[in-house]
This record gives sequence, C-alpha cells and structure tokens, in this order.
Amino acid sequence: MNIRLYVLQRITALIMAPLTLGHIAVMIYAVQDGLSASEILGRTQGSIIWFLFYGTFVVAVSIHAAIGVRVIVSETFKFVGFTLDAFAWFVLLAMLFMGGRAVLAVTLL
Amino acid sequence: MSTKQEDIDVSVWRGDPHSGNYENFKVPAQESQTILDVISWIQQNQDATLSYRFACRVGMCGSCAMMVNGIPRWTCRTHLNKVLNGNKLVVAPLRNLPVIKDLVTDMDPFFDKWIAAEGLHHPSKTRLDPIEEIEPKSIGRVEIDTGIECINCSICYAACDTVTNNSDYLGPAALQRAWTVYNDVKDADKQTVLDAVSGDGGCLNCHSQGSCSVHCPNDLNPMNAIAGLKRATVASLFSRKG
Amino acid sequence: MIRPHRKHSLWLAYILHRISGFCLAVFLPFHFYLLALALTEPDRLDGFLSWTDTPIVKLAEFGLVFLLAVHFFGGLRLMALEFFPWSTSQKTLAALAIASAFLVATIFFLQVI
Repeated sequence: MNIRLYVLQRITALIMAPLTLGHIAVMIYAVQDGLSASEILGRTQGSIIWFLFYGTFVVAVSIHAAIGVRVIVSETFKFVGFTLDAFAWFVLLAMLFMGGRAVLAVTLL
Repeated sequence: MSTKQEDIDVSVWRGDPHSGNYENFKVPAQESQTILDVISWIQQNQDATLSYRFACRVGMCGSCAMMVNGIPRWTCRTHLNKVLNGNKLVVAPLRNLPVIKDLVTDMDPFFDKWIAAEGLHHPSKTRLDPIEEIEPKSIGRVEIDTGIECINCSICYAACDTVTNNSDYLGPAALQRAWTVYNDVKDADKQTVLDAVSGDGGCLNCHSQGSCSVHCPNDLNPMNAIAGLKRATVASLFSRKG
Repeated sequence: MIRPHRKHSLWLAYILHRISGFCLAVFLPFHFYLLALALTEPDRLDGFLSWTDTPIVKLAEFGLVFLLAVHFFGGLRLMALEFFPWSTSQKTLAALAIASAFLVATIFFLQVI
C-alpha cells in the first residue's frame, strides 16, 4: 500500500459516504411497491441529476473496490508486482465499464 | 490454584527451524505460579534440553514473550491461574518470527524493522549547546509518553495479522517507536522518519485490527501511534505539493 | 475457529469490514449487469425483478443492504480513528457501526416484505 493508493482509497470513501446514504434512501423508497423496469426508468431516465449521482458513484466505487481487492489478493494470495497491478487495473476497468454501461442504461439512453 | 498438589497438563512446542511438535509434561501446580515458572520447572526437572529465553523475570527486559494458549504474553508476569484452560496449558514460540529452537525465536526481523523504521534520534544540537527544555505537559511530550514504555518484547508483532500477511510490514512496535521520535521536538529529521514509515512496508498497511493494543503487556496503544503516523504522512504529502 | 489472539471486538470489526467489502465487490458486477439489461433487454430485467418477490431473494437483499450499511459505518469508524486523534472509544464505535447497519437493513427489509 503506497501513499497514492491510500489517499485515493480514503478520498473515494469520503465521496461515497453521502452517496451511499442517498442510495440506501432511494432503495428503501423504491422497493415499497415492488420493482419493475418501467418503475426504475420512470424515475431515472433522462435525468442529468441521477446520471451525475450514479456516475460519480460508479467511478468512486470502481477505484475504491479495485484498491480494496488489490489489498486482499496481495495479503491472501500473495500476488506481487506486475500480477498484482494488472489484477487491480483489470478490476478497475471492468467495474468502470460495467458500471458506466448500467448508469447510461437507466439514465441517459 | 485451589489445590496445591494438582498437576497441570502442559504442551510445549519442541523443534528446530524446519519441523517440530508439541511435547506433553505434567507440572505440579503451585500458588502464585507464572508461565515462566512452569517452563523453568520443566527445564530443571524434566528435560534439561528445553530451550527458552528470559532474563529479568520482572517485566522489564522483554525477552520471555511466548504464545500462551494462543495469545502472545510476557510469561514472567503472567500468572498460571489467569490463563489456564481447564487444566491445560499450551506454550509455543512467538508467531511471525522464525523459530531457532523450541520456544526461542530469531528476533532479528523484529529489530531490523525497528531500525528500518528510523526510530532513532537525529540530533539537532551539538554538545556545546544548552540542553533544550521540554515542557512535560506539552502536546508532543504527552503523546510520546504513550509510547516510550515499550520493552521490545515483540508481543504486538506476534499478535499482528498484517505482519503475518505481509512480511515487509514494519509492525506495531517499530512504527510506535518512530511515532515517539516524530513527536520529539529535539529531533532534527522528521521527514526522514516519515519517509521510512510511509513506504511499501509502512504505516499505511495497518488495518487497525487492534491486536497490538489489546495484547500489549504495558497497555500501550501502537494502533493509535500508527494512526498518528498515517495523519502525518498524508499531511506531509499535501504540504509538499501545496 | 477464530484464533485466541483475534478474539476481540476490533479484530471482529476488521474481518467484518473485509468480508463485507469483498462481497460487495463481487456483487456489484452482477448489479451492473442487471441494470444494463434495461437498455438491451427490458423484458429480461422485468423477469429478474419479479423474481425478487420470492422470500429467499428478499432475505438475500436484506443481507446485501446489511453488507453495504456495515461497510459504510465500519468505514466511517476507521476514518474517524485515522483522521481524528481523539477516538479512543473504538470498541463503542465498532459496536455502534454494526448496530446502525442492522437498523438500516431492517428498515429496508420491512419495506420489501
């Protein structure tokens, strides 16, 4: 763990703290009458606010999770050097791609 | 102990750096008996080849630490009746350090990291300067107070799972030592200390599991000291950029 | 079996934080995949969402919300420990983090059933 990863881990955590509260509130509200695709889309589609909210969330969580998983595989499976970095980058890019696709699907497109 | 004549079942780790196993002994229980008393009784009465390490017997020197029923403890100050599990006692060498023989571990990695963490004084004055006055109630001096009673027993190092999982990690004792040096107004090279503790094996690896602070026999709090180093490291990063 | 030297509240808080974080990282790609179906195959998404009416999935959802909440409060506890020199009552904070997570997850659960 170097200083860059440590600071990124904490900054993304601080960014996500209010977003997580918001997300939990939305979940508790949204599930009250059951979930459906149209119900979700009706709330989020075409909304730049929701796009920014969940877009920020996805970027932060991808960085946060990639660093967290990096620590776990280094401590548990003793990944080092290039293997470790390549694994962390893969987690980051995969989550950015999948998360970005999901956010676009429910907000803008 | 309730009855003086009762025997306790003691399992002691016997072995060399490569292999080993537990050997069982029956040891007569006595009043006010410490774990070190038990081990010494075995060595003096049952098996003279049992190797273990101790010196002062009063909790000053930090040389007699062992795993006692799975927990690292100073054996000279640990009473048997405090840790006895039924009638059983299991004694093993400290975790996270290479075994030399039986209960004796090689402490070199522990002390090497102590040095690597730059926990040494960097002088700011010559012998011609007057001695600097330190106000005992000043913030830095009070903070130092929480760390300087360390006796280098390596109990925190043996308790720390981050050390287990990351052999480069400097460990609680070395980092706490660095924290006391960092808070010393007489120290002239705090940046060197910060550089030493913020690298790949440094304070940022700590997951605040707290086993160091829970098991420290002197009730020190290395976890808090390491948190202090994390703050100082992050602060210096931003002040250097800004 | 938890080894003896780990049997204290701060270590338990640590392992809870690690496990919840890992589980969330594993869960998120599935979460993202499902939501992206809204774009490509909305019918399949609805198929999945109707499946969430079954009790076992509701229980799993409770678990997920708990993981999120416990990682959230546990993370706040960690950052309080690291950023503020005053946090000596770490045990209390650890317990509070878990209790809050239970509260949030239960509120969620009561809404789903």
